[in-house]
Amino acid sequence: MSFRQPSILPGFGLTLGFSTAFLSAIVLVPLAALVMKTATMGWDDFIRVLTDPRAVASYRLTFGASLLAAVLNSVFGFIIAWTLVRYEFPGRKLIDALIDMPFALPTAVSGIALTAVFAENGWIGEYLAPFGIKVAYTWIGVVVALTLIGLPFVVRSVQPAIAEVQRDLEDAAETLGASRFTIFRRIVLPTVMPALATGFTLAFARAVGEYGSVIFIAGNLPMRTEITPLLIVIKLEQFDYAGAAALGFIMLTMSFAMLLSINLLQTWGRRRLVAAGR
Amino acid sequence: MAGGPSKEMLAEIASRPGRDTVVGSVVKYVLIGLSLAFLAALLFAPLATVFATALSKGWAMYFESFKDEDTLAAIRLTLTVAAIVVPVNTVFGIAAAWAIAKFEFRGKSFLITLIDLPIAVSPVISGLVYVLLFGAQGWFGLWLQERDISIIFALPGIVLATMFVTFPYVARELIPLMQQLGNDEEEAAITLGAGGLMTFFHVTLPKIRWGLIYGIILCNARAMGEFGAVSVVSGHIRGLTTTMPLHVEILYNEYNFVGAFAVASLLTLLAVVTLVIKSLVEMKRK
Repeated sequence: MSFRQPSILPGFGLTLGFSTAFLSAIVLVPLAALVMKTATMGWDDFIRVLTDPRAVASYRLTFGASLLAAVLNSVFGFIIAWTLVRYEFPGRKLIDALIDMPFALPTAVSGIALTAVFAENGWIGEYLAPFGIKVAYTWIGVVVALTLIGLPFVVRSVQPAIAEVQRDLEDAAETLGASRFTIFRRIVLPTVMPALATGFTLAFARAVGEYGSVIFIAGNLPMRTEITPLLIVIKLEQFDYAGAAALGFIMLTMSFAMLLSINLLQTWGRRRLVAAGR
Repeated sequence: MAGGPSKEMLAEIASRPGRDTVVGSVVKYVLIGLSLAFLAALLFAPLATVFATALSKGWAMYFESFKDEDTLAAIRLTLTVAAIVVPVNTVFGIAAAWAIAKFEFRGKSFLITLIDLPIAVSPVISGLVYVLLFGAQGWFGLWLQERDISIIFALPGIVLATMFVTFPYVARELIPLMQQLGNDEEEAAITLGAGGLMTFFHVTLPKIRWGLIYGIILCNARAMGEFGAVSVVSGHIRGLTTTMPLHVEILYNEYNFVGAFAVASLLTLLAVVTLVIKSLVEMKRK
């Protein structure tokens, strides 16, 4: 097989050449610099930076809070998507449009706004304080911020899949005496599962790298409420380029792995749709 | 007529109460309630807080915030960065979409994955890579210093970091759209003797314009709102290298809440406008 299939349309060389050159200059070369910087530090230094207790504590918070946020998003994102697809109620269109808000809103704005709402004198924080629940400046605040950031990814992934669920299958199952829960488990969930898994991974991937909205609400105490991206920034401010690069390298590797699994999940989803004859 | 159920019977079946219509409507309202409660706490309350805090000392104080020299400088810098980044990324997006959607070649899906990469990468890393290249102790740090060129802690660094972060948006919007539209009309135009540019402007562009507009608007919103990547390369020099989101942080850390939320309210309005345009574009497409 030759490199490309013949076509009478012009501009292939020009557009592909320009876009790969630009991609290389803006994204690939800089990322290669990160990998090379990491490679210049010795293996022992690399391991020492990565296993530093403060770094390990930051991974635990970053990945733990991201995982929890992605789980919360999968549950509520599914409920919200279901509500928007299946039910008719006043304001539905407006809410549907607002789902993309966390995506369009600058992270610094969501950060200070969430902190104001969940601080002990905030609109919601003041009702939680009497129960001894502190959200702002604790790990719970980190989860709240990451949940807001990831929400559109789950809802937008799941919405088209819920619309795909065949209503006549649900009706048939109901006629045959299936319970609501059985219908959900045997008909709805299998159709929506690949999309939900994609949404979960997208939300998780976005949460792991998130910086802007978290640093305002986290309190940023070393060992307790310090996320890994913040640790990278701190190392840069101390001119510890190698340390910053090592942590960045690890996060980059994780991003690659997640991007790969998102692609695999989407292929899985498409295959299932094809297998179902659609 | 023999065979099928009679009209009366169908009507009777239709009027039968469903097995669990009561349960059905309970489930419906519980789910709607849960959705609204979740969104109210996480989204509506923070959005309302932005404006409530910005206006907490009255409209006069609100407008006073925008007379501050550093705030104006931050707004100017943000507009400058967007004015450079958005057109460049738009040209890239169109070129990449043309190559990917119109032709079949090896390594195409790998190329798409690479274009998506900046979305999966932490914004802090997007800034970090440029510091490693152009920072004082970076690969080209010394070379740049000798020639008295500053990239990091200056406008070029902010532009580069923003470009990295907002790089995929136009391309991501256009690729699926152009793939879906197919090549037939373009091939017809070329066969009839139209040139490449003429084909693009007269055949392709009219078909993709709404998708293109949305891609540009989204790219612009992300460019103006980028925080993490810009924060790493900016150096936070007040009035010089602070963009609007960074200025929000500075004012907030100085406990100037009215000022911080006033600037934040502008960014929120930008997001609202972005979503309104998105909705309009979606309506046009139908």
